[in-house]
Amino acid sequence: MPENNVQSDAFPLVRIEDLDFSYSGRPVLQNINLSVHENDFIAMIGPNGGGKTTLLKLMLGLLKPERGTVTVLGDRPDRVSHQIGYVPQNVNINPSFPVTSLDVVLMGKLAPGQRWAKDKAQNRSDAVAALSRIGMADYIHARIGELSGGQRQRVFIARALVTRPKLLLLDEPTASIDSRGQADFYKLLRQLNAEVTIIVVSHDLPIITGYVKSVACVNQRLHYHPHAEITGAMMEDLYPCTVEAVCPVARVTHPAPNTPV
Amino acid sequence: MMDAFQFEFMQNALAAGLLASIICGVMGSIVVVNRIVFLSGGIAHTAYGGIGLAFFMGWPYLVGTLGFSLAAAMIMAAVTLKARHRADTLIGVFWAVGMAVGIILIDLSPGYNVDLMSYLFGSILTVPDTDLWIMGAISVVIVAFVAFYYADILALSYDEEFARIRGVPVTALYFLLIAMLTVTIVMVIQVVGLILVIALLTIPPFIMERYARSLAVMMVGATALGMVFTISGLWLSCSFNLTSGASIILVAGGAFFLNLMVQRFFLTSRKNADG
Repeated sequence: MPENNVQSDAFPLVRIEDLDFSYSGRPVLQNINLSVHENDFIAMIGPNGGGKTTLLKLMLGLLKPERGTVTVLGDRPDRVSHQIGYVPQNVNINPSFPVTSLDVVLMGKLAPGQRWAKDKAQNRSDAVAALSRIGMADYIHARIGELSGGQRQRVFIARALVTRPKLLLLDEPTASIDSRGQADFYKLLRQLNAEVTIIVVSHDLPIITGYVKSVACVNQRLHYHPHAEITGAMMEDLYPCTVEAVCPVARVTHPAPNTPV
Repeated sequence: MMDAFQFEFMQNALAAGLLASIICGVMGSIVVVNRIVFLSGGIAHTAYGGIGLAFFMGWPYLVGTLGFSLAAAMIMAAVTLKARHRADTLIGVFWAVGMAVGIILIDLSPGYNVDLMSYLFGSILTVPDTDLWIMGAISVVIVAFVAFYYADILALSYDEEFARIRGVPVTALYFLLIAMLTVTIVMVIQVVGLILVIALLTIPPFIMERYARSLAVMMVGATALGMVFTISGLWLSCSFNLTSGASIILVAGGAFFLNLMVQRFFLTSRKNADG
């Protein structure tokens, strides 16, 4: 895609080239090209089932592309996945599990061939710092099931941030946060973006465009809107907007002719 | 109460019960938090096929039973890992077919016939010293393994996908855990019976799950609860001349329902206070 040339020539953090992926014969992603550069803040939008989560999992090496390549931090994704911060979609994993916020965040300290027992005190203070940073200092020893959805979301973000990753992938992080909380949440992400490259899957179209730097529409195909193309003001005009109203890619599956990009 | 425990067979029964409590407290906590109670039941019942095979072929109990159960458990583990939503059906099939194979093979075995009841409820009052030593060794291995890989087991149990991203060898560790669970079940069945294994694997960890703040505390608490159930069950069975395995299970079951009622009571009273 020509948009990639608009970005800087520096080696990208993530490079996806000519990628196809399908689940048992049903194509989910087709001919995806994307370069993610340092300090990008990309919103990934698109309809449910459009392949957003699949694309994140391909970047994490949890899934293997059928065709094409994914390179993350210059290497194969499954080799470097421990250097990526990941906040999964479902914050209601095992709510009755006997585990505290602190112990969940410490899971982020696991790395291949390295046991966290080695540097216990350091890891612990890092985990406490990560929780404090996102306003969860009072809930360090709370059982994960006692927290609200939004609080649990913050714990998961702390778990993703505790190793100070270069790249942060978030999958619908605001699904369990009310709209006032959403704005606060994106403010937090914008602060973090000073040091971390962020890709966030989201449906919060009107809110999110005020915070991100660029938008990627994903619906089997990917269409990348670099900074200039979609601004907050432009998105406000479309309110209440849908993916279909914003992005030609969203219409790919409909019979209407595909708008050339 | 102490009178009953003067006899050597009672001391052995007590030791077997306490060791089973340790093994089941640790492995049962992993089973309960991973929601693989049904898989454990499948392994335990499939093991009966292995018992039948061992008798039919004239192999030693452990070779036939462990071999057969491990093979079946690995297939069930692969399915639970790859296609979680279809796993329960396949486990149900293994469960039934394993039992049937065992019964048919024992029918076909000349002469000797195993009593199904002793397999179901075990014979905790006639545990030989050698079995105690084997159980002791298994407890040591299991506790050491779980302590060493605790962080990885915790991450795998809580959020398998995230554990994978962090470089935890999820697939290998999962199969290893299921293999350990199979060894646990096969060994403990021989001593206390299939029904008591399932009871000790599930009831103490389930009660502890609500109160523990970590998997480790849950394991220790479940072990302690299992010991209390075992000792009081054995005492009841002696005092009232009842079947020991069933007595232990009824004590555990009583505690289970008592716990549910207490939780319900506190939950409603807290709600009322809030309102």
